[in-house]
Formats: sequence, C-alpha cells, structure tokens
Amino acid sequence: MSTDIAPTPQTGVAQDVQTGTRVPVSSFVSNLREYGLILALIAIMVFFQLTTGTLFKPVNLSNLVQQNSFIIVMALGMLLVIVSGHIDLSVGSVAGFIGALAAMMMVIWPLGGFFSNPLIVAIICLVIGGAIGAAQGYWIAYHRIPSFIVTLAGMLVFRGLCQGLLGGGSSVGPLPDSFKALSSGFLPEVLGTWTLIPPTINAAGKTVFGSGITLNMTTVVLGVIAVLAYAISGIRARKTREKHGYEAEPFALFVVKTVVISALALFFVYQFAVYRGFPIVLVVMGILVAFFVFITRHTTIGRRVYAMGGNIKAAQLSGIKTERLTLLVFVNMGMLSALGGLIIAARLGQAVPAAGLGSELDVIAAVFIGGASAMGGVGQVISTVVGGFIMGVMNNGMSIMGVNVDWQQVVKGLVLLGAVVFDVYNKNKS
Amino acid sequence: MPSYILEMRDITKTFPGVKALSNVSLKVEEGEIHAICGENGAGKSTLMKVLSGVYPAGDYEGKIIYRGEECQFKGIHDSEGKGIVIIHQELALVPMLSIAENIFLGNEHAKFGVIDWAANEKRTRDLLKKVGLSEDPKTLITNIGTGKQQLVEIAKALSKEVELLILDEPTASLSEKDSQALLDLLLEFKREGITSIIISHKLNEINRVADHVTVIRDGRSIETLDRSEISEDRIITSMVGRSLEDRYPPRDPKIGEVYFQVKNWSVYHPLHADRQVIKNIDLNVRKGEVVGIAGLMGAGRTEFAMSVFGRSYGRKITGEVELHGKPVDVSTVGKAVKHGLAYVTEDRKVFGLNLIEDIKNNITIANLKGVSTNGVINDLRELDVANEYRTKTNIRSPSVYQKTGNLSGGNQQKVVLSKWLFANPEVLILDEPTRGIDVGAKYEIYTIIARLAAEGRAIIVISSEMPELLGISDRIYVMNEGAIVGEMPASEASQEKIMRAIVRGEGKAA
Repeated sequence: MSTDIAPTPQTGVAQDVQTGTRVPVSSFVSNLREYGLILALIAIMVFFQLTTGTLFKPVNLSNLVQQNSFIIVMALGMLLVIVSGHIDLSVGSVAGFIGALAAMMMVIWPLGGFFSNPLIVAIICLVIGGAIGAAQGYWIAYHRIPSFIVTLAGMLVFRGLCQGLLGGGSSVGPLPDSFKALSSGFLPEVLGTWTLIPPTINAAGKTVFGSGITLNMTTVVLGVIAVLAYAISGIRARKTREKHGYEAEPFALFVVKTVVISALALFFVYQFAVYRGFPIVLVVMGILVAFFVFITRHTTIGRRVYAMGGNIKAAQLSGIKTERLTLLVFVNMGMLSALGGLIIAARLGQAVPAAGLGSELDVIAAVFIGGASAMGGVGQVISTVVGGFIMGVMNNGMSIMGVNVDWQQVVKGLVLLGAVVFDVYNKNKS
Repeated sequence: MPSYILEMRDITKTFPGVKALSNVSLKVEEGEIHAICGENGAGKSTLMKVLSGVYPAGDYEGKIIYRGEECQFKGIHDSEGKGIVIIHQELALVPMLSIAENIFLGNEHAKFGVIDWAANEKRTRDLLKKVGLSEDPKTLITNIGTGKQQLVEIAKALSKEVELLILDEPTASLSEKDSQALLDLLLEFKREGITSIIISHKLNEINRVADHVTVIRDGRSIETLDRSEISEDRIITSMVGRSLEDRYPPRDPKIGEVYFQVKNWSVYHPLHADRQVIKNIDLNVRKGEVVGIAGLMGAGRTEFAMSVFGRSYGRKITGEVELHGKPVDVSTVGKAVKHGLAYVTEDRKVFGLNLIEDIKNNITIANLKGVSTNGVINDLRELDVANEYRTKTNIRSPSVYQKTGNLSGGNQQKVVLSKWLFANPEVLILDEPTRGIDVGAKYEIYTIIARLAAEGRAIIVISSEMPELLGISDRIYVMNEGAIVGEMPASEASQEKIMRAIVRGEGKAA
C-alpha cells in the first residue's frame, strides 16, 4: 500500500489522494452493542411473559414505566457524570430530600396558595436540586476533591436532612392529586376513544362478536407521529449523507432496522392505548431521553463532555473549560435527582424518610449495564435507558414470579457483573 | 558460519482485516547488537511481541528457533524463562515503589512470602552498579529521571539472567548524554556476551553500535545489512523504498514584519513557589518565519511554550504577549486560541489526543465552533472537515472513524497537527513535532511546516534534534536553564555554535 509514501512534496491544496476516498462506515457494526442490548431486553421480557403471562399486559406495562421512570431519569444525568470521569453517590439521598421538601411545602408549611401550588413547588425543587448539584460540583471541579468523596458526603448529608425535615421517622402526606398525576396520571384524552370492532352483545349481556377493545386515540396519534418522525428523520439523514458523497449503511439493513424498531414501538403504543393511554411520566421521560440523545450526539457541549472524560489534559489544552463543564454536569445531575425525587414522592403519594434509599446503586448499575466505561469518555444515552429497563423488567418480572427480594438482589448483581464482563471481553477480542 | 542465537522464520501475523507481518525473517547472531529499523507501523513492535509471547504461539504462522530449538511461547513468562527480556518504549515501572521493589517485582527474594529486604537491596546495588547507577535502592522511581528509569529497566532485565535483551526505542525520550551512556552500556553488555536487539529511529545511534541492521517495511523484512554496509543513507533508502535526496523540503522563506512577540516573560514552578523556571525571556517571530528553540532537556522550552499558551504551566507568570505590537490577553487556552495561538504538544498521548475517540472527533475538538451553529454540530460538515485534513496531512487510516489509540506515532502526530491546523492559527508552536516518528512521516511534517510558513504564519519549533532545527528554521534561539542564551540566523548556526551557546550560558548562570 504505502511504499511510495512520504517524500512527495505536497502543495497546500488538499489533494484527492487514493487514501482519501470516502470510506463507508458501517454504523451497524458500531451500534452492534446497542442492538445486542435491545435484543437482551426483549429476550428478558419474552422470558418473563412466558413464565408469568402478565408482563406484556397493558396494565403491567404502565406499572413498569411508573415504577422505573425515576431510575431512568436519574440515569440520564448519571451517564454524563460517568462519561466525564466522575461518579455521584448522592442522587438517592438528594431525591429523598427533595421529595421531603416538596411534601413539606405542599402539605405542612403555611406558604400560601402560590408557593404551595404543585407546579411552582416542582420548579422551586428543580432549582434547589440544581443548586445542590452546583454545591457538590464546585468542590469537585474547582478544588479537585474526588467526586467519590464529595458525593459520599452528600449522600450522608442529604439523607440526614431528608429525615430531619420529615421530623424523624414520620412520613408526610397525602400529597395533592394534581401533584400525584406526575407519576400515576395519564395523558388527558382529547381526541376521544375509538372502539376497534364494536361488540355485538346478545340478550344475556355476553359478547358474541367483536372485541370491545377501545383505543385511546390521543395516544395512538401521538405514538404514530413519533414513529413516523423517527422513520422520516432516518430517511432524511440517509439522503443527506448520500448527497454529500458518503455511503450510508446498506439499504436493506436500514429498512429492516427501521421496520423492526417501528413495529416494536407501535406494539407498545397499542398496549398503552388499550389501557389508559400514555402515562404522563413516560412522556416526561421520553422528552428527556430525546433531549439527552440530542445533547450527547449533536451538540458541542456533549462532545466536550466526552472529550473531557477521554483525556482531561488534552481537553484543557484544546481550550475546553473543564472546570465549568464539570460543574454543569453536576448541576444537571442535581436537577435530574430532584425530578427523580418528585416522581418518587408523587408515586407514593407522600414523602417518606427512606425515599430513594439505595437507588443511586440502581442508577449507576443502569449506566454500566448500558456499556459506559468507569474510566470515563464512553457511554450512550439509549444504551443507558435500555440498561435501566433491563433492571426494571427484572424487578417487575421477578416480583410477579414471586421471587424473594433477597434473591432479586443476587440476580441483579450477577446481571450487572455479567454485562460488564461481556463488554470487557468483547473489547479485548476486537 | 556464524552461530545464531535466534532465528525467526517466515513469521506471518494477521489482525482482523490487516496483515501486520508477512513472511518476516530475522536472524540474530550470538553476542551481537542487532538493530531493527523501519517506519512507524512497519511491524517492528508486532514482531517483537510475537517473539516475547505477547501474541502467543498459534496466533501467528512461522517458526521461532532459539538456541537451536523451536519455541512456542505462550506468554511473556515463557520467553523470560529462556532469558529473552523485552523493554518496551513505555516503561513498566511502578512510580511510587522504590528501585529495589521495582527490580524484583514479582520476583522477590523471599521466604514463605516474607521478603528479605537486605538481600533484595544488596542484589539491587550490584545490578545498579552494572548499569552505572549510584542511586540508593530505596529511592522511589518517581524521583529519578527518565534516563535513569530506563537504566533501572535494564537492571531489572539483568536480574532475570537475560541472554537476549530487546529494547524498543530505548532512547526516544532520553537526552543526548543519557542516550550515549545507554549505548555504551549496550556495548559493555556485548563484551559480556549478552545479545541485544535494538529498535530505533535514530540512525546515528544504530550506526554507532549495530553489527547488523534488519530493515522492515510494510510488514515485510526487506534486507539485513552488515556492519560494513551500514550507513544512514543506505538505511533510509531501504526503509522508505527509495532514496531520500533531501531530508528537508526546499523552502523559499518570505519573511514579513514581526508578528508575535513575548516580552520579559517569567514563570515560577507550580509546586516550588520560589523556583523560577523561566527567566525574563524576550522572543519574537515574524510572519512566514520558522523560529527554532534549541536547548537540552530540561532547559525550560516546553514550560515556556505552555505558560504562554493559556498559562497551562506554572504560576506567578509575568510578562507581555504582543501580536502586531499590541498586547493581548492569552491567560486561558480559550483566549489564546481566539487570538490565533496554537500549541502542538510534545507528548501527544498525554496532552494531545483523546485516544479512545476517533480521528474525526479529535480533529474538530479545538474548533467545534467551526463545525457547528448555535452549539449544534453539523455532522456532515464535520465529516468533510475531518476528511479534508486527513488528506491534507496524509493520515494513513481506513477512515476518519479509526480510533486514534490504534494509530502509529506518526499518524497520531498528524492528527494532533490537523486539530490545530483546523483551528487556523496565526502563531503555531510545535513542541518536538517529530519525536518518535519515522523518517517518512518526519518529511511529511516538515513539508506541512514549510507550507504553513509559506502561508504567512509565524512558527516556533522546539526540538532536541539539532540537525532538524538547522534544517527547517530560519532563526534559532538557544535556551538554557530557563533563559535565552543565544540567538542566531540558521544560516550562521551549527551544532557546535549552539552547544557553545549552551555551555557559555551555563558559565554565565553560575
């Protein structure tokens, strides 16, 4: 190939040398891990469906989402923390503290109408969460105190504050219904329902024909729009790539991938539509996931986080303000912990001293099952979400199966270890 | 008929998609110093990994015959058991352990797991004496310089009853003096009957010590030269596949007015606050001019450059930086880049690249604004930029999606250069731009430097290789102990003159 390299004196113009041809990148290969993870999730779901028979039931899917959304919301922040080369052990305690704070504001403290309005309370709590993140991030970013230590301290401090705020061991509630809707509510039906095949009922009141299945049309329409948007953006990205002379992945592969993912998505849309529609918390989570996919893949700030995690010295010498960026990553984490805390409180309908206890470990596990590197610089949003759902489905499935909580822990621990071992093994092989 | 201690026959090693070695043969005589030359990525290190068992038997085709018997090494332990010890370019010492602990790491004099420190230290002292070190065995590795660390590595090899010592680029990061000492040591070993294989880019060193040179190019063994045939030109011809008339590209300097100026620049050590590292430096560079900074290791050249570039080194920094006669604020890397400064580091792996990311992301990271609008990266524009610079600097890789960690040194250096070229600097500071890279890639780097100068940029090159400075600069500053001790046009400069300036400077400082 390159016996005749070097000494050709080059001119300043870019020459289209042979080596400069535009080589296709097989995005399939680079995303192989992501697909493998999704397949693993589906396999686990099918396994529990076969053994329990209820996993895919519409009501259970809604439960699954409502039980696990706070883990995934916090995992989005944790991903950036881990990619930037840090760790945050305080998220569970911060979530507990914020939940307690929200409950106190809405139920106990005489703040008056405006300041006990759930929406205002939520906004104030998110800001306070951000401030907590900033307080921890400040020591990590500007004083180089290891994040493990700072957030370990935070974990103790905020668990203590959470319990203190609630006055020892008591719980505070009930929380207003409009607040609880964040976790247990569903999207309001604005388009009405539509009965799939109107049932014919005989005189005895029995259905002789038709299913009687009614679809929640708002959910159907939103779901279809989302799937279409996914497919169209894929096609458009392909087109622009080709127009600029870059090969895209093979067309057949693209079609198969798009069709399979769309079909899966539509299946879940259908399952939600026949129950009560999209849970509100699923929509919140969906928007956040899309937002962080965008941030990590398409923005300069996301790119800088990865650069910082990959080699902080090189990043600094490339003009990246690593201190400010680290601070920002922790502020983001703080806000998402706060949101996680609000979701937990809303689901329980009250604030309890143990809210979010130990959840930092589930959150961190989700990120590592998703393939992030403990050294920093590596990790993907979608994989993290899938990792979170793998944990969630196992919780849910094993609970339905009646597996003892102790053994659930054992299984989850082994899955985490297995996923990471699998990763490391693959990395060494390639 | 010479007796061969080692024969490697028709070694072929494939990685997924790449044939790294194809039918490479190597014969090493008992008691000689055998040099292996080749460009970066030619397959030298792969060959040595095959030999030492890093790639275990079965992973490659071909035969290894050592002392007349065929060997199938399953790992480093097997090859070390036979007395084959390899010292890698990146030293494998534990910085916070002592010299003695490092030398006998995993091999301690111990009874039932209890270490006999006295015995260890005594043995260490003997070994250190052999390699010419007088350090206390209890000294921590982190407290001795790179040159001495290299010698400790060799002492460690000696402790393993070495018969065949393999050194991968042993002098790459050593000063002239330390390199000489190391080469002398090899010659000393030769007298004691130890066979050495040395991989090196420094042809003058090979010229000095080697009995045979085997040249590897593109994964093939090209030829083996014996002592009488060895000359720099001969080796270069063989390495690049044709003769290099000129090691430096022709230039026709068009030098304009003074563009970049540093006035009265002083810097103190970041940890020892009372130690002045840079002492009142005045320096200027004109447009289109290549200015070299010569000096010995530790003269403060890197410290000077990094302190100018966004105060990336040191504290209590005082002095002025001027562009076109106007003072500018370069107190952060961001501001320095905005004013058109760029600093290409001497240590590309630690300060230059994100090794786990691909070429594309490394090229654009210092100028993300150039490929984004309102903070959103335009993927296609970025891809275009990456491909453009890959072609411009002739980075050899299948695509811009290649991880930089998998590239050879020369190609990594080109990625770092591309990164800074894309930032479009007016003042480019290149710190040891050709360290540890092969002749062909060096020429390419020189060509890029010449081109940038021809475009009217101001360029500073820091280098420890004097011929290189003399070959590419228009003017040379000589630095010693943190101060500028000489300045001369390249046309009047010579290695002797530079050395004299350094020595005189030393006299002055005392």
